[in-house]
Amino acid sequence: MASIWEYANPKKFIDTSNKVIPMLWVLTIVCLATGLIWGFFFTPDDYRQGSTVKIFYLHVPSALMAINAWFMMLVASLIWIVRRHHVSALAARAAAPVGMVMTLIALFTGAIWGQPMWGTWWAWDPRLTSFLILFLFYLGYIALWEAIENDDTAADLTAVLCLVGSVFAVLSRYAVNFWNQGLHQGASLSLDAEENVADIFWYPALVAMAGFFLLFVVLVLVRTQTEIRARRMRALLARERMQ
Amino acid sequence: MIPDLGKYAEAVLSAYGVSFVLLAAIIWLSMRRARKVRAQLEEVENRLKSQRSQ
Repeated sequence: MASIWEYANPKKFIDTSNKVIPMLWVLTIVCLATGLIWGFFFTPDDYRQGSTVKIFYLHVPSALMAINAWFMMLVASLIWIVRRHHVSALAARAAAPVGMVMTLIALFTGAIWGQPMWGTWWAWDPRLTSFLILFLFYLGYIALWEAIENDDTAADLTAVLCLVGSVFAVLSRYAVNFWNQGLHQGASLSLDAEENVADIFWYPALVAMAGFFLLFVVLVLVRTQTEIRARRMRALLARERMQ
Repeated sequence: MIPDLGKYAEAVLSAYGVSFVLLAAIIWLSMRRARKVRAQLEEVENRLKSQRSQ
């Protein structure tokens, strides 16, 4: 059986990802369209939230991916620190803008939902605040990559920033459990069936979550390929200048 | 076609609008940069290949 480390070879990574990207695009579109159309058009209003419950199909999947994207970056950064595989550092770099967009969607949709439900766009509640800090970490991570010319130095420093930011990714997920204060309700995702939302809202949300997950995966693959090519181009240009 | 969203129509539609714009932006930017970098790399590789053959 092929070892996972074979994919640390940039050529192997590009060849393999080229094979799966078209299929992933199809699955992404099917899942996203099914989940969002089902949720928007074919689910009833909630007896307390009214039609704002339809925001749930965007807010929960994007918030979930905002946190999970940071964990994917953490794993890739750790692989870079331990094994020095360039593809893993570039995959972490590629994931950051996608994670940042997911965080922005979660923040915007949360604010839009909060205004009619809580009577305010924003509150300095533990989960909202930790999510805002996570967004700032994404910005800082992207800026650090852009600011440093040497790829290896950038990968080292951003990996350290990623480790530090992981604290806020964990806080974003568990803030409502750590602190019993603030406006944000408990986790929508829970293994405790009694805490979960009703099935009629839950099933389309699950499909939408699969769609957001697949979108994240396909975008990270495309963007990692781009980062690999950009790195190779920089190396060729540097070699050309030296000749 | 659009379900009756009642008094929250503005909130729901703006949440979907903002999300679609952000998702479309990240997809478009990612694909545009992918195409651009691939073309640039091909150009550099071809240039270096022709320099080597001279």
